[in-house]
Amino acid sequence: MMSALDIPTLKENIDRETVDQVLSLDVDKYKYGFSTDIESDMAPQGLSEDIVRFISAKKNEPQWMLDWRLDAYRRWLTMDEPAWAKVHYPQLDFQDMYFYAAPKSTPAPTSLDEVDPELLAMYDKLGIPLKEREILAGVERPNVAVDAVMDSVSVVTTFREELAKVGIIFCSISEAIREHAELVQKYLGSVVPVTDNYYATLNSAVFTDGSFVYIPKGVRCPMELSTYFRINEKKTGQFERTLIIAEDDSYVSYLEGCTAPMRDESQLHAAVVELVALENAEIKYSTVQNWYPGDKDGKGGIYNFVTKRGDCRGNGSKISWTQVETGSAITWKYPSCILRGDNSRGEFYSIAISNGYQQVDSGTKMIHLGKNTSSKIIAKGIAAGFSDNTYRGQVSAHAKAKGARNFTQCDSLLIGDKCGAHTVPYIESRNATAVFEHEATTSKISDDQMFYCQQRGLNEEEAVALIVNGFVRDVLQHLPMEFMVESQKLIAISLEGSVG
Amino acid sequence: MTNPILEIRNLHARIEDREILKGVNLAIPAGELHAVMGRNGSGKSTLSYVLAGKEDYEITEGEVLLDGVDLLGMEPNERAAAGLFLAFQYPIEIPGVATMTFLKAAMNAQRKSRGEGEISTPDFMRAVKEAGASLNIDASMLKRPLNVGFSGGEKKRAEVLQMALLAPKMCILDETDSGLDIDALQVVSKGVNALRSEQRSMLVITHYQRLLNHIVPDVVHVFSDGRIVESGDKSLALQLEAKGYADFDSEPA
Ligand SMILES: Nc1ncnc2c1ncn2[C@@H]1O[C@H](COP(=O)(O)OP(=O)(O)OP(=O)(O)O)[C@@H](O)[C@H]1O
Ligand SMILES: [Mg+2]
Repeated sequence: MMSALDIPTLKENIDRETVDQVLSLDVDKYKYGFSTDIESDMAPQGLSEDIVRFISAKKNEPQWMLDWRLDAYRRWLTMDEPAWAKVHYPQLDFQDMYFYAAPKSTPAPTSLDEVDPELLAMYDKLGIPLKEREILAGVERPNVAVDAVMDSVSVVTTFREELAKVGIIFCSISEAIREHAELVQKYLGSVVPVTDNYYATLNSAVFTDGSFVYIPKGVRCPMELSTYFRINEKKTGQFERTLIIAEDDSYVSYLEGCTAPMRDESQLHAAVVELVALENAEIKYSTVQNWYPGDKDGKGGIYNFVTKRGDCRGNGSKISWTQVETGSAITWKYPSCILRGDNSRGEFYSIAISNGYQQVDSGTKMIHLGKNTSSKIIAKGIAAGFSDNTYRGQVSAHAKAKGARNFTQCDSLLIGDKCGAHTVPYIESRNATAVFEHEATTSKISDDQMFYCQQRGLNEEEAVALIVNGFVRDVLQHLPMEFMVESQKLIAISLEGSVG
Repeated sequence: MTNPILEIRNLHARIEDREILKGVNLAIPAGELHAVMGRNGSGKSTLSYVLAGKEDYEITEGEVLLDGVDLLGMEPNERAAAGLFLAFQYPIEIPGVATMTFLKAAMNAQRKSRGEGEISTPDFMRAVKEAGASLNIDASMLKRPLNVGFSGGEKKRAEVLQMALLAPKMCILDETDSGLDIDALQVVSKGVNALRSEQRSMLVITHYQRLLNHIVPDVVHVFSDGRIVESGDKSLALQLEAKGYADFDSEPA
């Protein structure tokens, strides 16, 4: 019965949904822009050593962790904000922000039954599959384990027991600091050093929560692991910290999703993500970032200043980053791979969409240190409205990186003539045997393409959504199925109002 | 006579400062197929674009009715949903969008504008398979991005496939026969003939009498310098083939 013709069916449906989604929404509406009324427990406003101590104390951290934070804080005081990215924003006032906000629910929940129903309802609105019980009851096959982080605190981690059976640790970083100190101490800051950059250092001082994943030797993680971040509280910064360790010959696929309610003021999000892949281990890290981008005049929105880096430490290690960036007023983000082990491989697949007054400066770094290391970069930037979209990428080969290879392809698509797309590649090779290829294109959606689609019955927004989904197809294919569906919808939503 | 599906009255259109359509009058009754022949640059494609609602043109005079409803006030997608289809002389490439995906998006967009529900996946698959098979379009072509890397003949067949699936009431085919080999011409003609019905009208633009042996027209019009200068039965096409357009170049009678 099944024929070759049936294969694209799922995607057909997705495209259809994409289009429906666009039609069902007002142009200025941010789908996730509701804020949830949950009592929360906050740190005093501003930033000081006392706040760092406050955060550490709230989390019952051991002394070594507090010392680590304080060291980071003191170093941060001596640093300056970076100014090299092609983004513009008013001076951040750290004394006006709150660095810790926890939803009030005491004591910490150990199962879904103990979680504030308001909170569960909110996650439900976000479409996060927290319904562990139903799934466990056998209604559906489990395929995603979720850790949900709201403001500063990791709320619930599903499927932990299931995972524990094969020795996988999936919990909040706060819990890992208490329960798995030896692992955290060994790896925290080993990929992104405390002094790496202004925001990473700030994060090291004040990070509040995030996820921790440990995959033991030889284990293939049986389900996708997922974290959902959400900034709910007014004027809070979110500083999450994620650490993923894949021992020799292991595999894990990790998904990260982000949303925030609409707020007039801009909010800061400065995360640090560290990945460690040991010999022949593979980590696949996917992000769908949909933080609030600000209103149509460019007011409000999230400043997303993130440091993400993976270290391929062993022979044949592999790290693959896939990102769909549609939100935030400003995105400053370069998920990178250090290809230290011989024969290791790094990949970066990116879709970055900017509309309205959004500014995106994103890309990757592939640092080839080992022999026969390879990397691949496919970056698709879509700029609409008055936005600015920059791809910034660095590929470098160390003197010992014999036979290093990179292939980079950067494609930009412009919608309208008030936006900008820029490609800034940095290529450095200290080894004569390294082969780096770079291709870049810039295109526009042509009037002829629009007319053709409209002649077939699609309205302008449906036509743009279809054409853009086509443009990003080779990146979308790298996302896990759940995220592919979500992403196609998001792409359509984020381009609303970009035509006509 | 039944009401015409398409009625064009004294249509004038210009692009920038240049008038290209200079008073087109044409009525196509339901169920009829009319052929339009004319020199290169006489304005045939322009007529088809103006009917489909391409933005570049300014309509300075005249009106167009589709099944009695004013067409010129509608957006291109509304015209499509109202039943107007144009098989392009030069079909446009849509990179990354599989032909299948495009077909379904188009069908559902039109259904939605008409207030109908989405087509079910099995129904869609069945319709595509059937229509594809009769046009020699196989599954692998349907998975490729629409028109990207298609040969000239494949592009034209894909246009007719879209036409078959969208089931319009007014079909305009702009040189759908150009670039087709002898076998493909047979296949496409068969496809077009299969779509002829009492409820549907067609306007077929062509340079070749040969096509009209396969797709036999009810009426043939000669287009010259932005208007129809002569109309007749299919023998008019034979006459053109023998003598060229010279007889029709002077001012209209
Ligand atoms: N965008 C444009 N700007 C200026 N002139 C145009 C434009 N589009 C069409 N024209 C002119 O309008 C005239 C009619 O063109 P059209 O394509 O309608 O001719 P046609 O009858 O379809 O010719 P052919 O048989 O070669 O397809 C031509 O002289 C063409 O150059
Ligand atoms: Mg033409």
